[in-house]
Amino acid sequence: MSIIVNATEDTFKAEVLESPMPVVVDFWAEWCGPCRAVAPLLEELSGEYVGKLKIVKVDTEAAPGIAMAYGITSIPTMHFFKNGEVVKTLVGARPKAALQAQFDEIVG
Amino acid sequence: MTEIRNVVIVGSGPAGYTAAIYAARAGLNPLVIAGSVTAGGALMNTTEVENFPGFVDGIQGPELMQTLQEQAEKFGAEVLFDDATQLELEGPIKRITTGMGKVFETRAVILSMGSAYREIGIDDEKRLSGHGVSWCATCDGFFFRNQDVMVVGGGDSAMEEATFLTRFANKVTVVHRRDELRASKVMADRAKADPKIEFAWNSAVTGLEGEAKLSAVQLTDTITGEVRTVPATGLFVAIGHDPRSELVKGVVELDAAGYVTVDGGTTLTNIPGVFAAGDLVDSRYRQAITAAGTGCAAALDAQRWLEEIEDSEHGLDQATTVEGGVR
Repeated sequence: MSIIVNATEDTFKAEVLESPMPVVVDFWAEWCGPCRAVAPLLEELSGEYVGKLKIVKVDTEAAPGIAMAYGITSIPTMHFFKNGEVVKTLVGARPKAALQAQFDEIVG
Repeated sequence: MTEIRNVVIVGSGPAGYTAAIYAARAGLNPLVIAGSVTAGGALMNTTEVENFPGFVDGIQGPELMQTLQEQAEKFGAEVLFDDATQLELEGPIKRITTGMGKVFETRAVILSMGSAYREIGIDDEKRLSGHGVSWCATCDGFFFRNQDVMVVGGGDSAMEEATFLTRFANKVTVVHRRDELRASKVMADRAKADPKIEFAWNSAVTGLEGEAKLSAVQLTDTITGEVRTVPATGLFVAIGHDPRSELVKGVVELDAAGYVTVDGGTTLTNIPGVFAAGDLVDSRYRQAITAAGTGCAAALDAQRWLEEIEDSEHGLDQATTVEGGVR
């Protein structure tokens, strides 16, 4: 079951910065091959971390202000947020097991 | 008991999918372990492919790979979006373990893992990766609108990236170690004619500057040794590729540069039943069409080898029967 949220410039603060749960933000775009490759993996993972970790996608073309604010120059980039702060960054697509290991670490 | 397959193909670029098309049409029910995030291979990060025969108006790299995948599946190839993480290739039954924990047993294996982007190998390259240093112009060009960027490299990939980046960037400087390009004439001419593209000849990238993100690139003249610092917010690395042979190192014979070595003009490796194709083998041509060609050859070699072992197994069966009869 996918419960991925697509954040916009209007909803980013509420969905990510004010989230009581840790959040993984996936910065992506339609034209980016590796982003499309990693998308189904995030879909699967979103169902496995219900109640522990939230996955939010930011379309960098639709929300360039957020991408700029976080200095995104390569996609896919994943920022891991805890209490509104970036605590970890992953640049580039990774296999599911590698993502899982990183997700487990942040969930603690 | 797990089913023993005829052939498993590791990798899903033009070599892997072409091998799959041929093996499927030969009735071998091939499994392609396509990669979870690398499926489709290097062409997934390119735009227009103009030199693949059969497409008069060119074709987008990802579209070509999608088409090859569908063609392989049409004939019965199975495609798995998972990564081979362990290969046990010696012995008559080969065993492949994936990142998701699946195990496959097979008589023949076709290796077609392709190649990975080469890094420059300088300080700060990793630190600034994703903060100005990029290996994918089609992914990241958008973030460099109206900025001054650099492409390092002198081959077709570098020219393609430079030309693509002119859609967004204010200026693109191609940095190349020599004073002439390795790229094909059509690609080189196109880049040279572009008013947004400049060339820094006889120059090597020797340093990167910038705290949170890239701000300037240090270039060293390869003839005079003179060092200069040029402002740039983006550096796209296209200096070539290295074969992705780590998985088979120590088992399958590799050359000094890490390419899998094959017997003469065939796809046979030093291990019976293990074949290799595409950029994993080819340090010389490295084209989509040559990869597809060797992928085809690997499937034919694997098919022939499977027929040979089947014949010899039949031979053994007969011998056993005779022996039983004597008793």
